[in-house]
This record gives sequence, structure tokens and C-alpha cells, in this order.
Amino acid sequence: MTTVSARGPGPGTPLLALRDVRKSFGSGADRKVVLDGVDLDVAAGSCVVVVGSSGSGKSTLLRVVDLLEEVDDGQVLLDGEDVADPWVDADAVRARLAMVFQQYNLFPHLRVLDNVTLAPRVVHRVPRAEAEAAASAMLERVGLADKARAYPDQLSGGQQQRAAIARALVNGPELLLLDEVTSALDPELVGEVLDLLLSLRHEGVAGRPTTMLVATHEMSFAREVADEVVFLHDGRVHERGTPTQVLDDPQQERTREFLRRLR
Amino acid sequence: MSQGTPAATDGWQPSERARARAAYRRTQHRRALLVAGVATALVVAAVVSVVTTAPGWERAREAFFSPERAWEVLPEVAAGLWLNLRVWVVASVVALVVGMLLAVVRTSRVPALFPLRIFAVGYVDVFRGVPLLLVLLLVGFGLPALRLPWLPVSAAFLGGLSIVVCYTAYLAEIFRAGIESVHPSQVAAARSLGLSRGQAVRRVVLPQAVRNVTAPVASMLVSLQKDSGLISILGAVDAIRAAQIATTGDYNFTPYVVAGLLFLAISIPLTRLVDAWSARQGWRGELRGVAGAGVVR
Repeated sequence: MTTVSARGPGPGTPLLALRDVRKSFGSGADRKVVLDGVDLDVAAGSCVVVVGSSGSGKSTLLRVVDLLEEVDDGQVLLDGEDVADPWVDADAVRARLAMVFQQYNLFPHLRVLDNVTLAPRVVHRVPRAEAEAAASAMLERVGLADKARAYPDQLSGGQQQRAAIARALVNGPELLLLDEVTSALDPELVGEVLDLLLSLRHEGVAGRPTTMLVATHEMSFAREVADEVVFLHDGRVHERGTPTQVLDDPQQERTREFLRRLR
Repeated sequence: MSQGTPAATDGWQPSERARARAAYRRTQHRRALLVAGVATALVVAAVVSVVTTAPGWERAREAFFSPERAWEVLPEVAAGLWLNLRVWVVASVVALVVGMLLAVVRTSRVPALFPLRIFAVGYVDVFRGVPLLLVLLLVGFGLPALRLPWLPVSAAFLGGLSIVVCYTAYLAEIFRAGIESVHPSQVAAARSLGLSRGQAVRRVVLPQAVRNVTAPVASMLVSLQKDSGLISILGAVDAIRAAQIATTGDYNFTPYVVAGLLFLAISIPLTRLVDAWSARQGWRGELRGVAGAGVVR
């Protein structure tokens, strides 16, 4: 893992650190453990990709980071501060992060431009003109400048997902959470979204590479963007390392089995 | 979201940190309860003090809240309520069935049903837009004037009929909204399995439509129970008419309050019952299982 820029309390502090995170759903006999003691670091400027089969806990992991789920135990350290503590202002934490969902989750009643300007105007109190200028620039960046006035249902899946990415990035989040962002797309539309993410990774926005925590099934994408690949199975990290280590020379039988099934 | 930590079956014991968070959440929960309690007490105290310090309070209390008078008239008003209940049950069943039929006819695409469809549209347009009171007066005094030998002319029957006529229109609109809320792909899936148009409507569309509109339909039925009191204007001796009769003579209006309380005694439990029932059926909050529905902080 590479530390690009120093941030937070000390140079050694990762932007995001999960420590022994546990999460279960249901109770009693129905209790299902989804995260069973997960440790994970994401340094500022880096990209960590979580892989694993459906139900391995990838999505829950991202949702725990975005404080959309409450953990049973363990720490979610953002810049060294444990944001899983219930006395932390969760809205303020979420305003520093951004998430892109598998199903886009654009607001169907708003035009693309208004989808992008909503958070800057409502959460960050940016004046409308300024917010629209920033949103237009961001839509330009994702190649949707001509769709600003369209409604989400007038766009293709790939365009919708790129609009959702613009919406996520317009606030300048410190960490971008990507949850299976290409899984709902037709195969021929996957490329345009992955190309955009690759460019965000390598060229960044406004010269700053985007820090990412990604859950994905796209192994080629993982290979191209990841500084670290983490293999999650039954809520536990079974293997981690560089893409080459994990994807080409897996040490664990579970990882080998998972990769075999993808072929 | 649970306040505490879930019981572990996998040997996991909550850490000191998790216990501290649970304790904090319990404190927050207690504080929320306390705030709710204090706010409620303040409002109640304000209302009570305004009412009891009003210049006319002594006389108003005697005229509207006389416990002795209430006890005296309770049997008569309750006997009247029995009529309201019978009208309510019969009118509800008829209006639900006919309303559903109208909604199905109106949303169907069968060419042969076109005249019926026109009728359904016109019927709903007319009876949803006319005040129930007006329908009551027209049916209650107009139908008997026809002197049809086979038509019952009791006030309860004519009153119930008027209520059915109006509520059928309201319920038809609600059911139509429910039917239209079912995604077309559901019909596509049913038809692709070989179900006929009618089978798809009956087995796939209607069950989902009914679930989607349980709450507004229940609210309509509660409203119908309340409106069953309007039959009193045709002379039927229901709870309201019984209360009215009891007030003549001494100008003590306590019987009206008794009638009101009796209506509430039926409608409030009814509403809760429907809520609890639809929750148990899993009809309410079907989005609870969707990721993101549990955001707490």
C-alpha cells in the first residue's frame, strides 16, 4: 500500500482503518454474522478493492464505513477518530464520504444537474449558481455535459451510473465508496463506467487522486486500480495483498476456489 | 435497531467498547423518553388550565360532562350504536366488493367490457363528487316517492344504501390506485407462465394491489363507521338519534359526548387492529429488508 499524501493526526495514520469490526443481522436463532472481525486500512490516495462471493459481507462492509449500518463491535477509524461511536455526528462523517450504489439510486424526480447540486446546496450551503457551475464541471468530467437537463429515466444505465458518480464526487469526498457499481449494467455499458473510474484513479479530480474503497466482481478492474486486494469470505478477511499476489498467486484454498469459479 | 448488543451464538462476547456504546444508546433512549414525557405533560397541563379557568367551565362541565347523565343514557345510546354497527358491517362488505369490481372493470382492457368501463368512470365521477349528505337526502326521500312495492323503505336500509353508493365510489378509486401501482412486469411474468389475463389479475395483480392499499382502505372503513351516524337524519334511531332524543327536555348535551366516546371506542381499536394485522402479514414496511432502511444516526 502506498501513502500518497499525509493526512490526519500523524503521517502513519491511515485515512480509514477498521479494527475487529463485527456486524450481525437478526437475533437469537435467526442471527446471521455478516462481518466477523474485519481489519482493513485505506491510506489517503490509495485504492483498496474488496472481492468475494455474494453474501461475503462486501456491501455491509462499505455500509458500515458510511455509517448506514451500526456495528455490533469494533472500531471504524476515520483519520484516527472512531466514528462508530454513537456520540459522533454521523451526518458530518457522511458529508466527508461518498458512496455509489449498485442500483445508481439517482433521485427520479430531479434532473441530472439537480441530482448533483442537491447535496452541495442543502448540506454544504453552496449558492445555487456556484453549485451549478461545480456540478456542470463535474458532469463534463464524467462525459455527461449534454445530459444535465435530462431526467434519470431518460438515461442509459451507464449514463445513470456516471451521473451518480458525479453526484458522489461533487462534494470533494475524502473517500469514495463504490458498491458493485457495474453489477446492474448491461455488459456493453460496463466499460464506460470502469474507464471513468480508472481515469478518476489515475488522473483524479482537480489533480487529486480519488481515494477509493471498492467492492467488485470485476477482477480485471481490481487488477488495474487496486493498491491492495482484500478477499472476504463469510465475513472474514482470508487473504490480502497486491493484485498480483492475491489474484495471480493466492495462498489460501478459499481464494483459489473463488477465483476458479469466476473463470 | 436493537438498543443493546445481540445475543451471541458464536462465542463472541461484546467488548468493553461495545458495552459503552450500548450504555450510551440506552441513555439516549431514556433521555428521549423523558423529553417526550415532559413535553406531553406540559401540553396537557396547558390545555387543562385553559379549559378549567374559562368563565363558563362550571356550566359547560355540567351540560356536557355530567357523569350521572352519561350513566343514565348509556343503555339507550349503546342500543342505537348496535344499529350503527350493523349498518357499518353490511355497508362495508357491499362497498368493498362492488368497489373492487368497479376498479377491476375500469382497469381491464377487455373490449366487451367497454360499456361497463364507461359506467364505472361515470359512477365514480358522480358519487365521489357529491356530498354524502346530499345522496342521503335524495335516496332517503326520493326513492320512497317512487312507491316501488318491492323496495324496503326503512330509514336504516335507505341510509345504508346511500352510504354504500358513496363509499363504493371512494373504494373503487383506492383499489384502482392499488392496481395501477403493481408494476407491469408482474403481469408480464404471470402471462409468460401461461396465466390468462383474468388469472394474472386475480392471482398476481389483485393480491399485491390490496396489500398496497391496506392502510387507506382501513381508514375508509373507519370513516364509514363514523359516517353511519348520518343515517340518523333519515330518522333511524342510531346512537346519534338516541342521544338527540335524550337531550330534548333538559338541554344536557352529555348524551352526544357519550355517543362520541362510543364511536371512538370502536374506531380506535379497529385502526390499531388493522395496523397490527397488516404488520404481521408483513404488508407494512416491506422495505424494511432493503439495505439503508435501518439508518439510525
